[in-house]
Amino acid sequence: MSTPTAAVRTYSKPVSGRLRGGDEVAWAVTFFFALLILGVTLLLVYELWSASAPSREKFGFGFLTSKLWNPVTDEFGALPYIYGTVLTSFLALLISVPLGVGAAVYLSELAPPKLSNALTFLVELLAAVPSVIFGLIAIFTLIPLMRTVVGPALKSVLGWTPFFTGPVFGVGYLTAGIILAIMTFPFIISVSREALMSVPREQREAALALGATKWESTWQIVVPFARLGIFGSIFLGLARALGETMAVTMVIGNSPTIKASLLASGHTIAAVVASEFTEATGKIYTSALVELGLVLFVLTMAINALAQLLILITTKKGSRKA
Amino acid sequence: MTPPNRRRNAINNVMLTLTGVCAVVTSSTLILVLGYLLYNGGKSLNLSFFTNLPVGQGETGGGIANAIVGSAEMVGLAALIGIPVGLMAGVYLSEFSGKTFGFLIRYTADLLNGVPSIVIGLFAWTVVVVPMKTFSALAGGVALSLMLIPITARNTEQFLQEVPRTMREGALALGASRWRAIATVIVPAARKGIMTGIILGVARISGETAPLLFTALGNQFWNTGLNQPTASLPVVIYTYATAPYESWHRQAWAAGLVLLGLVLVANISARLIVSRGASLPK
Repeated sequence: MSTPTAAVRTYSKPVSGRLRGGDEVAWAVTFFFALLILGVTLLLVYELWSASAPSREKFGFGFLTSKLWNPVTDEFGALPYIYGTVLTSFLALLISVPLGVGAAVYLSELAPPKLSNALTFLVELLAAVPSVIFGLIAIFTLIPLMRTVVGPALKSVLGWTPFFTGPVFGVGYLTAGIILAIMTFPFIISVSREALMSVPREQREAALALGATKWESTWQIVVPFARLGIFGSIFLGLARALGETMAVTMVIGNSPTIKASLLASGHTIAAVVASEFTEATGKIYTSALVELGLVLFVLTMAINALAQLLILITTKKGSRKA
Repeated sequence: MTPPNRRRNAINNVMLTLTGVCAVVTSSTLILVLGYLLYNGGKSLNLSFFTNLPVGQGETGGGIANAIVGSAEMVGLAALIGIPVGLMAGVYLSEFSGKTFGFLIRYTADLLNGVPSIVIGLFAWTVVVVPMKTFSALAGGVALSLMLIPITARNTEQFLQEVPRTMREGALALGASRWRAIATVIVPAARKGIMTGIILGVARISGETAPLLFTALGNQFWNTGLNQPTASLPVVIYTYATAPYESWHRQAWAAGLVLLGLVLVANISARLIVSRGASLPK
């Protein structure tokens, strides 16, 4: 440290570039906070794992396949909740994917830029609406509507299938699916629109020059070109639907059963944790609920990772072409 | 025009119209939500709603003053923890991180951001509520801060990255050390974007219900400290909306209107900052 050369050598060690007077401190401080993110996330996984230990040890993998949920006898199985979570998310995508992709196509291909931006702004604001607000509105509008109009109509037309049978309460899988659809399409629209807009102009022009109609060029050329980004947006929506808690808790009917009928009451992982956790007494009950949280965590992480991978691939491809 | 072409044109028209319908349906949802909430909530809003404590069902004149204060307290606490941590981590990611470790932190932040809010609540319960043996505003604040940290970090990083290279090089060429360049040139240049991200993040956590259910719980009265169960706006909406009492429903509508109003104002003003600011000074 006595000569300048030595100083340069010592200071040029950490990560990238030349750090000088005070820089190590800044580096160390910011590094500490960055490390904190890593630490907190690892702690989260560890806590979920250790707090669910009593339940994991008692039920093993049978937890995932058992239909029984009985706090009195301390018997717990996750299947009705996993079923409800997957079913409501699937219903949500069934509604929000066509609606969202259709809207994204209109916004990127047809609408004049100003209108497109204005409508996208409204859609993106919708994504900021807290989920408890959706639940509040659904309780007083969607549930009565399902009970008096939509439910009976579906039953009279499609009542011969197993999917629309039983009494109509207004609450249930389909109602939750509709609410989740409203909460997921903002993501699908805004990401899909970006992906569609990054498709090179030449692709459209080539198709139109060959005599394709606007729709043919859009559906057969532009949409397939942006498909990875669109898939990414769908997975992003799926991850949100899987983990969504409040709105679903308020409309699904909270009954731990497995029914084929979409009009029946059900339950989801997030909803059961939200509605039963504060009342849970006893070690096994509590840890079974934490284990449900762990299952949900793993499920959403896998879907999120897939979504990010897909979006990463498309945006890279897009930027190379541009 | 030959028949097959007529068919193709018909398909073209029908499908393009359908996409337009999709766009109208999706973008009008917000207006419906807002309108319905204004209609129902507006009727129940009055001064006592903001200044009084909750009353039992059936009585009049009750308010949710304690929930508004409780929400502010917990969101404030979350901001106090989340903003510095997120900012610093964002600076690290943008300015100091190497390739591998940067990727790791970035990936972890995105992962944390994607954790369902109810799971965040479970985590805060295990690390704060269990050791303290009580539901508390502290636990609620910590849970919310865990959601704010990754949002702030990734957003800060993104806007720092957009600062032109020439500004960094200019500062360094003038003899500034890296942290001086960061503190006096780069961060100020990106401040609008960073502020926007923080506003959006705070707006998002202030509407979160799930992480508060079994961390802050709720409270009918004024709480007396950070170590007490505390009422919050979103949890009050949930409790009142799911209760079978007409008078509570009216309170839920009014509370919903207040919450949505706050969130939308924050979002719209954040967007105005971004579009007005023309991002960066020349």
